[in-house]
Amino acid sequence: MLSIRNIVKQYAGHTALSGVSLEVTGGQIFGLLGPNGAGKTSLIRIINQITAPDSGEVYFGGEKLNQSHIERIGYMPEERGLYKKMAIGEQIVYLARLKGLSHAEATRRIKYWFEKLKIENWWNKKVEELSKGMQQKAQFVATVLHEPDLIILDEPFSGFDPVNAELIKNEILELNQKGATILFSTHRMESVEELCDSIALIHQSHKILDGRIKDIRNAYRNNTYLVEYSGNQLMLNGNEPFTLLDQNTTDDGHQMRLQLNADTSVNNVLQYLIPQVSVTRLQEVIPSVNEIFIQKVNQKD
Amino acid sequence: MDKVLLIIQREYLSRVRKKAFLITVFLVPALLLGMYAVMYLLFKNSSEMNSTRIVKVMDESGVFAGKLQNKKNLKFENLKQSLASAKKGLHKNEDEIILVIPKNYEEPKAVQVLSNKKPSVITADEIERQMNKIATNNSLVAAGIDTARLNTIHSSISINAREVTDEGDKDSNITALYGVGVAGAIMIYLSLFIYGAQVMRGVIEEKTNRIIEVIVSSVKPFQLMLGKIIGVALVSLTQFILWIILSLAVSYIASKNFNTPQSPLLGLIEGVKGVPIGSIVAGFLFYFLAGFLLYSALFAAVGSAVDSETETQQFMFPITMPLLFTYIISVSFLAQNPDSSLGFWLSVIPFTAPVAMMVRIPFGVPDWQLYLSMGLMIVGFIFTTWVASRIYRVGILMYGKKASYGELVKWFFYKE
Repeated sequence: MLSIRNIVKQYAGHTALSGVSLEVTGGQIFGLLGPNGAGKTSLIRIINQITAPDSGEVYFGGEKLNQSHIERIGYMPEERGLYKKMAIGEQIVYLARLKGLSHAEATRRIKYWFEKLKIENWWNKKVEELSKGMQQKAQFVATVLHEPDLIILDEPFSGFDPVNAELIKNEILELNQKGATILFSTHRMESVEELCDSIALIHQSHKILDGRIKDIRNAYRNNTYLVEYSGNQLMLNGNEPFTLLDQNTTDDGHQMRLQLNADTSVNNVLQYLIPQVSVTRLQEVIPSVNEIFIQKVNQKD
Repeated sequence: MDKVLLIIQREYLSRVRKKAFLITVFLVPALLLGMYAVMYLLFKNSSEMNSTRIVKVMDESGVFAGKLQNKKNLKFENLKQSLASAKKGLHKNEDEIILVIPKNYEEPKAVQVLSNKKPSVITADEIERQMNKIATNNSLVAAGIDTARLNTIHSSISINAREVTDEGDKDSNITALYGVGVAGAIMIYLSLFIYGAQVMRGVIEEKTNRIIEVIVSSVKPFQLMLGKIIGVALVSLTQFILWIILSLAVSYIASKNFNTPQSPLLGLIEGVKGVPIGSIVAGFLFYFLAGFLLYSALFAAVGSAVDSETETQQFMFPITMPLLFTYIISVSFLAQNPDSSLGFWLSVIPFTAPVAMMVRIPFGVPDWQLYLSMGLMIVGFIFTTWVASRIYRVGILMYGKKASYGELVKWFFYKE
């Protein structure tokens, strides 16, 4: 679907992207992650042909990126905005026509979306008369109206109130089920885990990690488990099949994090524990994307 | 190209639909109508004042009696009653004036004019003029000078400027040429600023609204800039054309209803006989459009480099300087020396040509200079549009960074 190969982009004085390569397969929800200033927006602008890379290539559906692809991409920038003094309906028609829709077709589709989002009586309202959340709904409609194959959302949930964020999230999922590929960027790692199939981490202009989110997390599993138990605190004598990482005691009982020794399984741990304490919880500790990210960055530094 | 048309359409309609546009369109003809009304009232008033006034002369000196000549609105009679009873009579007849000439009439303020209604300046001047003439004549005679002979050698010269052209001699009214030239220069100067600033404001609006990024993901920045400039140019042309049509309509209605002997506009046209109206209008349209394209591209670049209108000051200076400079030179020096070498240079340099050439066109410009100037205008606006678009494409995506001239140069040299 989208293949980004060895993109380099330099601005006077700093490098925004150094040799970034990515593969986004069709039908995916792809998360582009990284702290502010990592180069996410620069990459998105290159995919949107707003700017061109200094070197490297972008392929869209197997073809080298060109003007004809503009109509197949929908883009909602991080800094959202519309003409303040222009009526909402007319404005979205205008934006859709710039993407190649006819006047009649754009009007028909906007009516559909306005009904769907329950904003049908806004047609003649000017943007300045709407609340910020309302403007964002309108902007979202403008982004997806031409039914793009690839929808690019830069920080889509920033600025939305929780209700609207949920609404937009569901719309994104629905569009994805209908076949659209979604690429979105965010600096809030926690928001991506439930939504994304694949991610790429960008840090200081470099891609430091990418792949399917499950694979990444599996790769970063290190046999760490969380165990909670009640009863007397366990006395360790060095023969246990694990290494204790840390432990603490609360009113409800005891909690410890442990790492399995080589060639042992969870069952060995349970066999060891059950005779001594009453286990109330055992869970594998899978690192969050955020933790992986921090780990990766620390490794690099 | 379709997209540029769409942008032109939006830029045009969003401006033309504004109340401010309609107000300006109708304001000018309304002012013209007001001007006609005032002229009409003045005319009516002055015709009342022009009713014949009778001047009763009480000449104690005996120098003037019988020598004062009647004029169209002025009749001189000798005062037959006593001064006191004549004064009382003034209340009854408003058009009556009493002229009292004492023996020592040459002393300051000695001669008196009495009336119920204050005499007009013209009347007072006429009386004074005639009296001076008579008194001077008397003095000349007293000094032994033959006044009859003196009158014959009194010369009266007035210049009739005739331009020699291929079609033969024609009258040229230098004052009218001067007026038309300066008026054209002022119009161009003001319109370039007014509509150039509109382009700049449009760019800043798109940038501060943050809609710019959505738009440039659909069209190239250059297309957006071009669409905006052409859209605003069409708005300005619409405005000019509506002004001309409405003004003519108002003049026509005014000349019908106010019944003035001649509408001021027709009078004006009479006055500028011999002024090449056709080439002035054509010149105005060309130099306005070319000048607008040239300057509005620069205005667009300035708009793209700033985050708000208040920050535009530092970049406006180099844009306004050549215009202001030419404007001042034009109305002061150039209008009086249209064929000077300074005039030539100013009217071929694209940045100054729109204003300078408007001053020169009414006086006639050699063809080769006109073509040179027009050619350079076209080259000039292509050049500034190219430079401006390179700054614009980078500037519109830069936020919160205070741009300096050095920065603009860097933007210019950015690759795509």
